[in-house]
Amino acid sequence: MTDNRPKVLAISSGGGHWVQLLRLRPAFEGCAISYATVDAGYRTDLGEGADFHVIPNSTRWSKWDLLRSAFHVVRLLVKLRPDVVVTTGAAPGFFAVRFGTWLGARCVWIDSVANAAELSLSGKKAGAFVDLWLTQWPSLAREGGPHFTGSVL
Amino acid sequence: MIFVTVGSDIPFDRLVRTVDAWARENQRHDVFAQVGRGAWEPEFIPFAPMLTPTEFRERLTAATVIVAHAGMGTILSALQHSKPVLVMPRRGKLGETRNDHQMDTARQLLELGKVNVAFDEEELRTQLDTLGEIEVREPISPYAELDLISGLRAFIHGHPLPHVKS
Repeated sequence: MTDNRPKVLAISSGGGHWVQLLRLRPAFEGCAISYATVDAGYRTDLGEGADFHVIPNSTRWSKWDLLRSAFHVVRLLVKLRPDVVVTTGAAPGFFAVRFGTWLGARCVWIDSVANAAELSLSGKKAGAFVDLWLTQWPSLAREGGPHFTGSVL
Repeated sequence: MIFVTVGSDIPFDRLVRTVDAWARENQRHDVFAQVGRGAWEPEFIPFAPMLTPTEFRERLTAATVIVAHAGMGTILSALQHSKPVLVMPRRGKLGETRNDHQMDTARQLLELGKVNVAFDEEELRTQLDTLGEIEVREPISPYAELDLISGLRAFIHGHPLPHVKS
């Protein structure tokens, strides 16, 4: 039997980004959903049987870590071939929507709710190519995006 | 139990030092702090540099109040567990984070009535003295706002988004 459900990759770094991603879970009902983040310990947040992947962490500070993280994200994308990529940031999520777009996935950037006065740097960059570009603060929404359609709070 | 946490990125010694001094002066033995790797080590309160997600959840559940940096992971987790939370934002100019986004978060969430905020150490000391009076906030739903969920779901299934003009 073929699986006609859309394949979705939900990916983020740890801490607040991951907590926000988890709060989007009802949106993934009816999808073949895979999760990816930077700490194996987060597996317990998802329950038995979830498709969970760990990628090396990176921050903007270390070029080598960034490269390694980007490599692992590409490898994951090639393996999963998602139809849709959803991220709440930060660096690994940026790589996922950047390479995801090139690989033909439709990509969503949801800027962290922590950015209440200004979009994150990666959020600004992602706006140039993602298919759905969202902020979680109405005051940051603009005509051509980022758009506002609610927050994780 | 007071659970102090500064998240997983970098230490926030200004917060931890203030709480440590306060706990010593008041002989509070019901404080535990997660302080970050390479952080200044508290002299009075028990602490750990890092906690696994499971340990973090256990500490959070056992706590009556959370004292934390203004990180969204901590704040959302505290609200999901209906714990009152007092935050002090990290400052970019002090090298505690790369910019002042925690100031913005703190201001906005204070306005929404979600958290209590101490903007500096002096305010933190004052608020620690009245910590018992911090109100339990309304618990938040375990999930994001319905409009965000439905918008995302529409996008995934290739439908037009009801709330986004494009």
